[in-house]
Amino acid sequence: MQPSFDEMSVNGNDIREHYRTYQNWLKTQPHDLMIDRRAEAEMIFRRVGITFAVYGAKDEDGSGTERLIPFDLIPRIIPSHEWREMEKGLVQRVNALNRFLHDVYHDQEILKAGVVPPEQVLNNSQYRPEMRGVDVPGGVYSHISGVDIVRAADADGSGRYYVLEDNLRVPSGVSYMLEDRKMMMRLFPNLFAAHRIEPVAHYPDLLLETLRAVAPAGVIDPVVVLLTPGMYNSAYFEHAFLAQQMGIELVEGQDLFMRDEHIFMRTTQGPRRVDVIYRRVDDDFMDPQAFRADSTLGCAGLLQAYRAGNLTLANAIGTGVADDKSIYPYVPKMIEFYLGEKPILNNVPTYMCRKAEDLKYVLDHMAELVVKEVHGAGGYGMLVGPAATKAEVEDFKQAVKSRPESYIAQPTLSLSTCPTFVDAGIAPRHIDLRPFVLSGTEVQMVPGGLTRVALKEGSLVVNSSQGGGTKDTWVLGD
Amino acid sequence: MLSRTADHLFWMARYMERAENTARLLDVNYETSLLPQSVDATEQGWRGLLSISELTSLYLEKHGDINGPDVMAFMVREPNNPSSILNCLRAARENARAVRGTLTTEVWETQNQTWLEFNRMLQGGAFERDPSAVLEWVKFRSHLSRGVAVGTMLQDDSLNFLRIGTFLERGDNTARLLDVKFQALTGEFFGTGSPLEQPEVDFYYWSAMLRSVSGFQIYRKVYRNVIRPERVAELLILRPDMPRSMAACMNELVANLKQVANSHSDDTLRRAGRLEADLKYGSIEEILATGLHAYLTQFLARVGDLGAGISRDFLVPEPA
Repeated sequence: MQPSFDEMSVNGNDIREHYRTYQNWLKTQPHDLMIDRRAEAEMIFRRVGITFAVYGAKDEDGSGTERLIPFDLIPRIIPSHEWREMEKGLVQRVNALNRFLHDVYHDQEILKAGVVPPEQVLNNSQYRPEMRGVDVPGGVYSHISGVDIVRAADADGSGRYYVLEDNLRVPSGVSYMLEDRKMMMRLFPNLFAAHRIEPVAHYPDLLLETLRAVAPAGVIDPVVVLLTPGMYNSAYFEHAFLAQQMGIELVEGQDLFMRDEHIFMRTTQGPRRVDVIYRRVDDDFMDPQAFRADSTLGCAGLLQAYRAGNLTLANAIGTGVADDKSIYPYVPKMIEFYLGEKPILNNVPTYMCRKAEDLKYVLDHMAELVVKEVHGAGGYGMLVGPAATKAEVEDFKQAVKSRPESYIAQPTLSLSTCPTFVDAGIAPRHIDLRPFVLSGTEVQMVPGGLTRVALKEGSLVVNSSQGGGTKDTWVLGD
Repeated sequence: MLSRTADHLFWMARYMERAENTARLLDVNYETSLLPQSVDATEQGWRGLLSISELTSLYLEKHGDINGPDVMAFMVREPNNPSSILNCLRAARENARAVRGTLTTEVWETQNQTWLEFNRMLQGGAFERDPSAVLEWVKFRSHLSRGVAVGTMLQDDSLNFLRIGTFLERGDNTARLLDVKFQALTGEFFGTGSPLEQPEVDFYYWSAMLRSVSGFQIYRKVYRNVIRPERVAELLILRPDMPRSMAACMNELVANLKQVANSHSDDTLRRAGRLEADLKYGSIEEILATGLHAYLTQFLARVGDLGAGISRDFLVPEPA
């Protein structure tokens, strides 16, 4: 049997130090009361409209379907010493990734030094030649980074954190981090009195500070807006929420236009110049003149204004080249190359099928591995070997053989579990963690992040599109 | 503020107001239909209600004859009627959702909850059990929606555009209500300016109509006299202190428009001001002399014009 790591207890009985107060309280809570609490949470989430839209699906009355993301009542608790270490690691990692992005769009030192094979970067579909030689304020490309972290058991049963993925394009989920906290404080105020829990509610403030700090040079009081694909986007709630919390306009592509290499929005008082766009629209859809011509979500001429230095985009165009799964294996080397430091956070050991020896290993051991397509997202272009049928494994082998450069593979990590309130009672479920790292004049974040939980027994897939839920994440104070 | 945002706010308020006025209209018709009267007169009431909302042909596509229960269901819960209360509340909520970041949490939650609860009520059979109670509920949700907006929102142009939507819609709806009610009962009489002496005016008919605009007690207070149709018309057209009168709506509209005026809205403001002044200095004798129906038709056209002007100047500006 694979070793496992539970966040709350050792071997199911010894409660870890940082969970003791909580567990003593939990023991005294009747099952019915917890069920009532869960119903209350659901009712409030629905009333507040904390929903995500499901593409294509329709309700009986013909309106678009809005679903709740299941919220679990039992928090994920992180002791302060673990968080401090993780935070240092995140600052280091995001700094290196931003250096890498600046480098690949300028002098390409890291390619010349042979640390990252040039073709891996330059032939990557996420590499944007349009960004060559473009200077962005402060050299920051990824202003908002969602770094997915998991904990897995070592052979001796102790847990170790690994970075699974760096999300540097338009990472989402932070509104759930904030709403989950609000909900927990509402449902269980006495727990907050009994613990010292680091607050997270100032995230929108930090975000606004970050966005203002990266305005184009010379702009004193920048106009910052949030660009959303619109109310039918699955993350629309988050876009509206963040814009409201920051007090900035929530704009759609149709509200913007370019004139004289500046971007303006149409207001009731006439055009108004926009300096910083926190965009929640993918690169491809940002400018029909520069990228996909059929896009109605962006603004024609936007890239021109951007390249002229009259506009800041957060995140920058072209960050996808740094969070692509084919680049991921090189991040530890990037940290050493740019910062001269040892990486604090671990990478998951990764086999690159483009290398003949790795390919052979992957084909021989596919049933034990997690195999991922390099440009996939959302957990779809992926095979979890131990959970797959023989036929599925064989199919995937064929796919890998036909395009080895498109796949990487990793050992199946036994993700840590956290007790979760399910219908049958309290049971362990696998979790991950997504801290949101902000890069402006400095790199900062609120303690913790979004904990996602795979609600299906034994499942390792935490994505909300595939039955994942969320938990409040507590970083304990000293 | 963003033009698109203003547009959503404007329509959110309009749809909510429309839902309320539809509820008011249905309620008064329902009440009068319970009075002892001929089948013809009853049918005439429901027929008038459909024509006021310009929905007669859409209704007849689905129903063979015009009767109370079918018209009520058509106006309250019919998914294919774009003006049914169901669709008004949906549209109000969808518009609110599109700008939920601009609204206060309270305003958004009120709209959202109204929509969720209305559906729950319909599914639970509340409308079949007690239509009046459902209509009453819709009115109160509209009061709540307005009250929450005025009570929690910053008094900036967001609120102005909400108010503009509310009063434009209300002015329009009051005029339509007057038109249909006077035509239904008095036919040619008010349309041609004949002498005002009429056989005994039906007290119940006019008092129900006054109640539909919350005007019964106001009427008593203002006139301290028996209910006469010309006074009812005066109250609903010209009294600036009657909150649902056309004059009051135009006063509010102009006041809010002035707050958001921009460099190309002069003409719309001028036309709004002229309409306001016409109501301020009008007299009911004059209006009746020219013919009430003609007067109201002209008013509706001018309100429609204002709506188009507001849209052009603020909400959907021409591309720069």
